[in-house]
Amino acid sequence: MTTAQLTPVIVAVPLAVAAALAVVGRWLPRAVRDGVGLLTAAGAVALSALFIAATADTRLVEWVGGWRPVQGHSVGIVFVVDRLGASLALLVSALVLIALIYSTKYFEDVESHYHVLMLAFLGGMSGFALTGDLFDMFVFFELMGTAAYALTGYKVEEKAPVQAALNFGVVNSLGAYVTVVGIALIYARTGELGLAQVGDALHGEHADGLVVAAFVLIITGWLVKAAVAPFHFWLADAHAMAPAPVCTLFSGVMVVLGVYGAMRVYTVSFADVLPEPDVRRALLVVGVVTAVVGALMCFLQSHLKRMLAFSTIAHVGLFLCAAATLTPDGVGGAAAYVAGHAGIKAALFLCCGVLLNRFASVDEVHLHGRGRSLRLLTWLWMICGLALAGLPPFGTFTGKSLGEEALVASGYHWGPLLFVLVSAVTAGTVLRAGLRVFFGVGERVRHDDAPGPESENEEPETEHETRLAHTPIQMTAAIIMLMLGSLAVGVVPALATHVAEAGARFLDGADYIRQALTSASASPLEPESVTSWTEEGLLLSALSVLLAAIVAVASTHARQVTRGREIAPSFVRGIRAVHSGHVGDYVAWLLVGVAGIAALVGVPLT
Amino acid sequence: MRMLLFCCAGWLLLIGCYGIVVSRNLIHTVICLVVCQSSTYLILLGIGYRSGGTAPVFSDTSPSTVVDPVVQALCLTDVVVSATVIALFLALALQAHKQHGTVDPDELTSLRG
Amino acid sequence: MSRRLRLAVFGLGAVLTGALLVIAFTGLPEFGTSHHPYGDRAVHTAVDEQKTSNAVSSVNFDQRAIDTMGEEFILFTAVIGTLVLLRELRREVEEGEVETELRRSPRGLSSTAYLTYAMLGVTTLTGLYVVAHGHLSPGGGFQGGVVLGTAIHLLYVGGGYRAIRKARPLHLYEIFDALGAGGFVVLGLAGAIVGGDLLANVLPLGALGDILSAGQVELLNALVGLEVASAVIVILARFLEQYAEVRIQGTAR
Repeated sequence: MTTAQLTPVIVAVPLAVAAALAVVGRWLPRAVRDGVGLLTAAGAVALSALFIAATADTRLVEWVGGWRPVQGHSVGIVFVVDRLGASLALLVSALVLIALIYSTKYFEDVESHYHVLMLAFLGGMSGFALTGDLFDMFVFFELMGTAAYALTGYKVEEKAPVQAALNFGVVNSLGAYVTVVGIALIYARTGELGLAQVGDALHGEHADGLVVAAFVLIITGWLVKAAVAPFHFWLADAHAMAPAPVCTLFSGVMVVLGVYGAMRVYTVSFADVLPEPDVRRALLVVGVVTAVVGALMCFLQSHLKRMLAFSTIAHVGLFLCAAATLTPDGVGGAAAYVAGHAGIKAALFLCCGVLLNRFASVDEVHLHGRGRSLRLLTWLWMICGLALAGLPPFGTFTGKSLGEEALVASGYHWGPLLFVLVSAVTAGTVLRAGLRVFFGVGERVRHDDAPGPESENEEPETEHETRLAHTPIQMTAAIIMLMLGSLAVGVVPALATHVAEAGARFLDGADYIRQALTSASASPLEPESVTSWTEEGLLLSALSVLLAAIVAVASTHARQVTRGREIAPSFVRGIRAVHSGHVGDYVAWLLVGVAGIAALVGVPLT
Repeated sequence: MRMLLFCCAGWLLLIGCYGIVVSRNLIHTVICLVVCQSSTYLILLGIGYRSGGTAPVFSDTSPSTVVDPVVQALCLTDVVVSATVIALFLALALQAHKQHGTVDPDELTSLRG
Repeated sequence: MSRRLRLAVFGLGAVLTGALLVIAFTGLPEFGTSHHPYGDRAVHTAVDEQKTSNAVSSVNFDQRAIDTMGEEFILFTAVIGTLVLLRELRREVEEGEVETELRRSPRGLSSTAYLTYAMLGVTTLTGLYVVAHGHLSPGGGFQGGVVLGTAIHLLYVGGGYRAIRKARPLHLYEIFDALGAGGFVVLGLAGAIVGGDLLANVLPLGALGDILSAGQVELLNALVGLEVASAVIVILARFLEQYAEVRIQGTAR
C-alpha cells in the first residue's frame, strides 16, 4: 500500500475505533477506554508525520475507491495532501492526543460516549483537512460539527452549556447549508464537485454574478466555522461553556480549519477566475474587523474562558490577514502562527480547567488572589501570556514576524501596527487576569448587577464530590507539552523556510489541478531562504510584549474596566450589546455578512 | 420556470432565517433550520433535472434519458442524516426547557456580553 | 439587541442576500438542460462497468462511497450525541418512575390495535425489501432503514407503551447502530487491504439486474439499513422517556 493510499485511512481508522468503543465500551474499564483512545490518536499522529515526510517535494494524490481519472475526468472523490494539509492533520491529531491525556484525570467519571465523540471529531477534522472534493468537505464539516455540538453541551446539568451548544449548532448548520447552495451553483455551471475539477472547468472563464455568488456562499460555511466577523458570535458562547479539553480543540485547530478551507477553495478552484486583488482586499477587510472586534471584546471580559475565546477570534483575524496576502510568506507565516498559537491557547484553556477544578470558578474577579498557592501554574500562565504577545522564540513570534513582513511586502504598511496592537491587547488581558488571580494585584472589585455569563457558581466539570487537592501530573504534563510544542515551532531551524515553501506549494493551484487530474509530479519550487529572526521582527515583538505588560498593569489598577458597563464609550457598549447570546441576532448578522463579503468581492468586478 | 423554482428555494432559505430571527420558541427555531435545509434540496434537485428524463434506475428500462443521479445521491443521504442531527438539537431544546424552565430565546440570558 | 433592531439588521441582510441569490440564479443554465457531464459519466460507470441498475445507489455506495461513510458517521455521532444529552442525571427521576408513567399512557381502540398489528408485518417486509433491493430499484439502506425503524413503532400506536417495550430491548439497538456504522468502515478497510484503495469495490459484480450484483453496494446497503433503523428506534425511545420525565416533574410541582 502506498503512502498516498493511506491518506483516507487516517480518517477511517478513528471512526472505526469510535464505532467499536460504542459497541463494547460499556463493558471496558475506564483505563482501557482511555488507552484505546490515546492509542488511536497516537496512530493518527504517526500517520500524519508520515504524510509530512512524504510531501517534501510533491503532493499525495489518492482517488478513494480506486476511481482514477480517465482522460482527466473521474466519478470519484480525490484526497490531495500537500505539506500544509499534512501539517494541519498532524496538529489535529496531536491536540486530540493531548486533550485525551488531560481528560484521563480531568473527568472523574465519564462514559465511553466521550471517547466516541472525540474520535469522531478527530476523524471529521482529518477528513476536512485532506479531502479535495467540495461536497466531501461539507460532509466532514458536518461530522466535526455534530461531534462538537454534543461535546459543547456535554454538561447538561448546567444552563449555559445547553444554550451555547444550540447557538453553536444553529449558526454552524446554517453556514453549512449556505455552502451547499454555493456548491449547487458551481455544480450547475461546471458540472463538477471536486476542487481540482472545478478549477479546471473555470479556467479561462469570465467571472459573472453566479461565479462570485458561488464563491462567497461556499466560503461562508467555512468562515462561520473560522468565526470571522460577523459570523463569530457563536464561538465565545461555545468556548465559555464546553469542557476545557474540548475548548483546546476548538481554539487550537477547529477554527483554523475554517480559514484553511476558505483559502483552499480560492487557490484551487477560483484563483483563475476571480482576480487576486479583489479577493485579497475582501479578506483583508474581514480579517481586520475580526481582529479589532475580537481584541476589544477580549479586553472587556472577566470570564476567563470567554476572554480566551475572544482572543482566539482576534488571532483568527490576524491569521486571515496574513494568509489573505496570497504570498508564500503570508500563507507560511499564518501556518506558523497557527501552530504556535495552538499550543499556547490550548495550554491556557487547560490552565482554566485546573482553576475550575480547584476553585469552581473561572472568573478573574471572583478568583482574585486565590491562585497564589499554585506556583507552577502561575509561571505557566504568565509565560503563555507573554508568548501570546509574540515573545521569541515561541512559534507565535515566527508567525507574527512572517505575517507582518508579508503584509508590508504586499504594500499594506499598517500590517505590523495591527499585529502589534491586537496581540498586545489580547496578551495584556491574559496577563492582567494572571496578575489578578495569581498575584492578587489590584483592588478587589465586585461585579455590578448587569447580567453576564454565569461563572460564579459554575460547577466543576467533573463529578468530583470534593475538589482536587493537588493538580494531577497528567494535567500539568499536558499543559507543559503544549507549551513545548509551541516553542518547538519557533526553535526548529529553517522552519521559516520550510513553512514558506509549504505556503508556495499551497498557493500553486494550477499545479494542484495538474497533479490531481493527471498523474504528473509536482513542479519543483525555487528554493528561497526565509528567516523570521530579522531586526524588524524582533523590534516589533519586543514592542508587543512591552505594550502587553503595560496594558496588563494599567488595567489591574483601573477600576473602570470591570465596572465599565456604564462608563465605557457608547460604541463599545454597542458592540458589547450586540453579543447578546440570542441566536436570532447571530443569524441576522450572518446574512449581513454574506451580503457584505459578496459586495466586497463582486462590486469591483462590475 | 427556472427562475420560479430557484427563487422558491431562495425564498425558503430566507423565510427559514426569518423564522429563526423572530422565534419565541426553541423548537420552532430548530424546525426553521429544517426549512432552510429544504431549500438546498430544492436547488440541488432542480439543477439535476433533465427535460424528458426519467429516474436513473435501469431495472426495467434500457438506458434512455435520465436525470442526474449525482445530485439525487447527495440529497438522499442528507435527508436521513439531517433528521438525526435535528434530533440532537431538539434534545438540546428539551434540556434548555428543563434547565431554564422556558424555551423562549428572549428569556435565555446566560450568555450576554 | 432589541427586537426591532434585530429585525432591521435581518431585513437588510435578507434583502441583500436575496438580491445576490437572484443575480446568481440568472446565471444558471436552462432548467432541464441536457448538459450533465458528471451525471452521464456516473450512469455509464454504474450500468456498464459496475453492473448496478440503480445509478443513485452506485454513486452513493460505490463511486462516492467515502461521502456516504462520512454521512453515516454524522448519523452515528448525532445518535451518540442525543444519548449523551438525554442521559439520566442524578437529580432527575428514577427509572422505575419513568416506566410506570409510560405504562399509564392510555391504550388506543382495539380496532386500531388490530389494524396496526396487521400492518406491522407488511411494513417490516416492505422495509426489508427496500433495503435488499437498493441496488436494483429505487431504495436502499437509508430509505429502508427509516421504514423499518418506524414500522416497529406501529406497536406503540396500536398497543401502547407495553407492546413496544417487549419488542425493543434498547441496549441491543444501540449496539446494532454502532455495528452498522463500524461495519461500513471495516468493509472499506478490507477493500483497502485487498484492493489497495479504501472502499474499493472488490466483491464480485455479477450481471446487471441480478439480485447478487454490484459488488459491495448490497452489503453496504444492508449495513446502512441496520444502522438507520436502530438509530430511529433509539432516538424515539429516548424522547419517549423524556416525555414521561417531563410529565412526572410537571405533576410533582
